[in-house]
Amino acid sequence: MKVGIVVFPGSNCDRDIFHVLTDVFDLEAEYFWHEKHLPSKIDAVILPGGFSYGDRLRAGVIAAHSPIISDVKNMAKKGVPVLGICNGFQILVESGLLPGVLLKNTTMNFMCKWINLIVQNNNTPFTNKLKQGQKISIPIANGEGRYFADKKTLQKLQEKNQIVFTYEESLNGSSLNIAGICNESGNVVGMMPHPERAAESEINPTDNKPSSLIFESLLKTAGIEK
Amino acid sequence: MSLSVQESKHIAKKIGRELSTTERQIIAAEWSEHCSYKSSKKHLRILPTTGRNVINEKGYDSGVLDVGDGYVVTVHIESHNHPSAVEPYGGAATGVGGVIRDILSAGTRPIAIFDGLRFGDIENDTHARWLFKNAVSGIADYGNCLGIPTIGGEVEFDECYKNYALVDVAAIGFGKKDKLIKNHANVGDLVVLIGGPTGRDGIGGSQFASDLLEGEDRSAVQIPDPFIEKLIIETILEARNEKCINAMKDLGGGGLSCAISETAESLGIGIELDVDNIHTREDGLSPDEIMISESQERMLIITEKKKLPKLNEICNKFRVSCSPIGYVKSDKMMHVRKGENTFALLPADFVANAPLLDRKKIMPKYLRHLKKENKNKKILDYSKTILKLLSSPNIASKHWVFHQYDHEVGIRTVVKPGFDASVLRLDNGKFLSVKIDGNPKHCYLNPRQGAIGCFEEACRNVVCTGANPIGMVDHLQFGNPEDPEIFWTFMESLEGLSDFAKFLRVPCVGGKVSFYNETPSGPIKPTPLIGVLGIIDKPPLVPVPPSNGDYLLIIGKTKDELGGSEYFEYIHKFIGGNCPTVDFKISKLNMITVLSLIKNNLIKCAHDCSKGGFAIALSELSINGNIGCSINIEKIPTIKNLSHEKILFSESHSRYLLVVDGKNITRVKQYLSKQKILFGVLGKFSGEQISVTHKSNNLVKSNVDVMRKRYFNGLEDLLKHG
Repeated sequence: MKVGIVVFPGSNCDRDIFHVLTDVFDLEAEYFWHEKHLPSKIDAVILPGGFSYGDRLRAGVIAAHSPIISDVKNMAKKGVPVLGICNGFQILVESGLLPGVLLKNTTMNFMCKWINLIVQNNNTPFTNKLKQGQKISIPIANGEGRYFADKKTLQKLQEKNQIVFTYEESLNGSSLNIAGICNESGNVVGMMPHPERAAESEINPTDNKPSSLIFESLLKTAGIEK
Repeated sequence: MSLSVQESKHIAKKIGRELSTTERQIIAAEWSEHCSYKSSKKHLRILPTTGRNVINEKGYDSGVLDVGDGYVVTVHIESHNHPSAVEPYGGAATGVGGVIRDILSAGTRPIAIFDGLRFGDIENDTHARWLFKNAVSGIADYGNCLGIPTIGGEVEFDECYKNYALVDVAAIGFGKKDKLIKNHANVGDLVVLIGGPTGRDGIGGSQFASDLLEGEDRSAVQIPDPFIEKLIIETILEARNEKCINAMKDLGGGGLSCAISETAESLGIGIELDVDNIHTREDGLSPDEIMISESQERMLIITEKKKLPKLNEICNKFRVSCSPIGYVKSDKMMHVRKGENTFALLPADFVANAPLLDRKKIMPKYLRHLKKENKNKKILDYSKTILKLLSSPNIASKHWVFHQYDHEVGIRTVVKPGFDASVLRLDNGKFLSVKIDGNPKHCYLNPRQGAIGCFEEACRNVVCTGANPIGMVDHLQFGNPEDPEIFWTFMESLEGLSDFAKFLRVPCVGGKVSFYNETPSGPIKPTPLIGVLGIIDKPPLVPVPPSNGDYLLIIGKTKDELGGSEYFEYIHKFIGGNCPTVDFKISKLNMITVLSLIKNNLIKCAHDCSKGGFAIALSELSINGNIGCSINIEKIPTIKNLSHEKILFSESHSRYLLVVDGKNITRVKQYLSKQKILFGVLGKFSGEQISVTHKSNNLVKSNVDVMRKRYFNGLEDLLKHG
């Protein structure tokens, strides 16, 4: 399985996710600069965290208009698994691949801390090894992480089972405590927390197993059982 | 323009002609205290700078340490005090930017940021609160955007920083030894300026920083742009991989004047440049303005002519501007042209080497008038005192600060902020432990012992993670050096640091001197800040919170040293008394002993005993484990007849609290006795209360849950609601 990591000017978790995919989970991974095309041989796409374009205008909005995004859209349509983490989630939302927006946290501050997630949908390529209702300890690091959508959209998200993760406790003012969602077909997932920061016991002050399952789910999706 | 009469005479004698205004501006920038170290340079030579791990190369702006297996760690520390006191957000942010580029200029990737922040009394002074909040935001917005984790530091409040700010930033870099930039240049090489455009911000910043802060000169404060900095980092590292860089220097204080003259001088070359080739933010900048502008996010690179297309290609990829501004000559001159017209033509070594000064020093009068003893009312209920200290801004948890910093990015942070020292994992399987420490309250009472104490405290913190100290950086911050009393305090601190560094064989690998830190009400207290780096071959001791039945031990002697303590200054508002002193031999013995206990997996947690003394160190352990502890105060090793107040709150050095599992207690006791270490087994962790008894009297009885709330809410409440 080969994972494409899309790199924008200002991405800063690209190297971290590369390390986890290749050194920890033995997957093949390749960086793709935002001006390049994504080859069709790619089996999954990850949009890493960071500050693309320095969060100018609004987090993720300029990157959402990068040339590579049209390739990401095409692959998403074909059912290729796409994961957006933190700024990657913001880009997915800004590009219309996922509904809603991400606003400034109600604390008005950047927040970097370990929190608990609850798995709401274990039927995506990134959560199929997790259990419904399972608790995951994982760090967040964002200033604009408050998920917001109008009532109708939220209702639709609930009906179509598109809420993937929620925060265990109210944290930043997110609608329905949403931490991650997916598209209707479930192959495009966006999440604010950073699974790549919790996948190794050396840097995980809690039990590392549940967050590793996000990557193990991807392996399962690819037909590789660990 | 701040050239002195003597300096002007010296210039007239050496150059033998009238200087052009551009030349005067260049020299004034480069000869400012900030750039030239003219007051301190002679004396800094006493610091030991060589050692087993130190790599010395010409022209490096950061210290380089060999950490084995072909890898190096780089480190640098700087401050941005004057700008932060005027415009805290931009001042603090550009402080981060500057030190990051110093790390980059050695050819290493920046992997961590530390910051030491000092402000006035934030409980009562809303301006101090405003400065503090904005400095934290500035650091957060800049560091977070770069994707470099801010993993540690310290925050302190003291009346002496009223209407002022000390913003110190240390940065760590990591890279392969064979990819270090070996600064060199050949005649005909191109001199290239890359990064942000040069503008009118930061004009004369280094001179602004070398003077008393009288007016609020906002145009001397630089404007931050972390996005450009991030692009520069990636551009430079890619250019390094493509071997496009022969030599490199960051543009910091003194701007181009400083970068050009220092590069030419250190490489023994001449540089000729045309200011018309420089990309600027606006039209109509004069050559003088261009030469001394301190616009941020710029790097000077010397490259071979044939490498220019490749360098351009890399810069284009990241949309970073790249201007070839001149070339390398053999005449050792610094030649500034605008088209055909020459604006400056000076020998580079003349510009780069300001005449050094012999400052007078004399012991300050205030030291003779300090009171020895505190005659305040005796405290009867120590439990209340401890609660008050736990919620005081200097002791309360700093999570409000470090939760605003991305301290996880880079996935290296093994020991997170909030513990004794922070630990990063390195690519060769080793671990790097880092801590910065300062203590102006101690340094005010005794600049020599205070400085040594900061150094020892930073070492203790690093030792608590199981790391052996291998290098230190010092940042010496004082008032006006022209005042002999202030210069005396500088010399005392410097000599103290040098003595201890030599004794420990921990070389000084970098540092900075910052003078003229004066507020409208006088000079700041002497504030040397010491950073210590330690290396561990195996995973560090990640502190395990104490649990039921664990033993509490103390190592080291508690002495009559309440001078400069939080207890004297915060509780009693008393400045005076005995400043803690360091016994070198005992200090080293205790360090080696703790390291050995950790290496043999005999302890669960080691915690440094410092600010707030034993009482606070114990509270922090209990709060962390959410468990009580019952101890007998007589078991604490002290000098003879030490009062309870002193045992609880003295900030004596070389002391550690250890948490030991019951199964290891016999082995630990045996080992400590064998090593002839002064120690005491104080009691056990259990229940929900901290109880300290003397014979059958209760000295302290406090609920951990209440303490916990005070400790975690103290600083946050202050900042959230005002």
